[in-house]
Amino acid sequence: MSNIPSELKYASSHEWVRDEGDGTYTVGITEHAQELLGDMVFVELPEVDDEVDAGEDCAVAESVKAASDIYAPISGTIVAINEELEDAPETVNNDAYGDGWLFRIKASDESELDNLLSAEDYANTIDED
Amino acid sequence: MTSKTVLHAKHLEAGAKMVDFHGWEMPINYGSQIEEHNAVRNDAGMFDVSHMTIVDVVGDDAKAFLRKLVANDVAKLTKPGKALYTGMLNEQGGVIDDLIIYFFTETNYRLVVNSATREKDLAHIAKVSEGYAVEVTERPEYAMIAVQGPNAKAKTAAVLSDEQKAAVEGMKPFFGVQAGDLFIATTGYTGEDGYEIVVHNDGAADLWQKLLEAGVAPAGLGARDTLRLEAGMNLYGLDMDESVSPLAANMAWTIAWEPEDRDFIGRSALEQQRADKSTDKLVGLVLETKGVLRGGSKVIVEGGEGVITSGTFSPTLGYSVALARVPRSTGDTAQVEMRKKLVDVKVVKPCFVRNGKAVI
Repeated sequence: MSNIPSELKYASSHEWVRDEGDGTYTVGITEHAQELLGDMVFVELPEVDDEVDAGEDCAVAESVKAASDIYAPISGTIVAINEELEDAPETVNNDAYGDGWLFRIKASDESELDNLLSAEDYANTIDED
Repeated sequence: MTSKTVLHAKHLEAGAKMVDFHGWEMPINYGSQIEEHNAVRNDAGMFDVSHMTIVDVVGDDAKAFLRKLVANDVAKLTKPGKALYTGMLNEQGGVIDDLIIYFFTETNYRLVVNSATREKDLAHIAKVSEGYAVEVTERPEYAMIAVQGPNAKAKTAAVLSDEQKAAVEGMKPFFGVQAGDLFIATTGYTGEDGYEIVVHNDGAADLWQKLLEAGVAPAGLGARDTLRLEAGMNLYGLDMDESVSPLAANMAWTIAWEPEDRDFIGRSALEQQRADKSTDKLVGLVLETKGVLRGGSKVIVEGGEGVITSGTFSPTLGYSVALARVPRSTGDTAQVEMRKKLVDVKVVKPCFVRNGKAVI
């Protein structure tokens, strides 16, 4: 069973969301997702200042196995991207919840957070996979 | 119902992620397939290839039978232990399987064929052997471990007896020798130096453990695929199958046209294709920008289109490469349909890396 930190929120499409406490939210993919994808070889990220809608595909994680769309879990403006991944995409495999983060969103509607899953609910969805 | 090799427990011990590979439960990786790939390119890695099918062909007509069965000519083999790569074809010239044949004497040969094609191969071999004085024996009591990489031979030496070391001393590429309880061959599927070792099932786990202790890294099917693709080696079922001519699969070099009166199965179909220049060709594709070429993608070339037969990210090169079957008229560039966009790629010879170095 892969690690699912209880302090994070999750999308059923395997993104995690961390509340930074200042109206911004950091997004990455879960350990389960990186395990499914295998070794990451390219990560394509959105650009800072891009406006994204919840559910919009805004990044691509390409592994040895497949290219996988990453969806914005909430709507808002991209305020930061993890440029380190350009040269070290394997960080997503090695530290999915830490240095392997993808981008940070300034939420335009924080009520959307309520649509995301708790760690327990996310764990249940991947049990069904 | 999946089969397990005798090394199954060793894979689990090493933390392998297991997958179903044509009915065999095999390791896809032991953590990171890229690290395993790099271990083989830079040092030494080992693969469990016990799922492959070993078939011994013995008898007075063994040579005549194999000259009928395969497109290459076993009459070229004169030094004991010498190996030959070739295809077993159907009458239409399609590839039933690719295989390696080891020559011991004119009445004694060993074949190693793919596991995914085991049943049809054995059926075909049995059918063709009718009327020849040969005995065809599958050898499921043997496991096989491939040890590959620039340090593979040196690290393997640490687990061999003095007699075994003497037996493999100075052995040239593409030879095999029975050395004590091991059959050791200088063959492989990675483009690196190394051995493929046939060992009795009873001794396989012990040999694996000793190799592990000698510093050989376990590597899974994921790394095996990226290594063979970088080396430009075909994978049966993707790069060729029964509907594909060896002439369209970069296997022309495995066909012996001389002597002209050797009537191997598929010969007349191939001669027609060769005269008509009617087949496609297999080329290499290189994508130097972001993205990964994937098998099944459409390849657009001047005046026609082809298909990627297998594609991957090349850990050694840092970008994506692929094998593609395309019209003969294809030039130096092509376009590939990737995620609904057309992307420019270079067309090269179907070989990208040899002995750790880029060759494109």
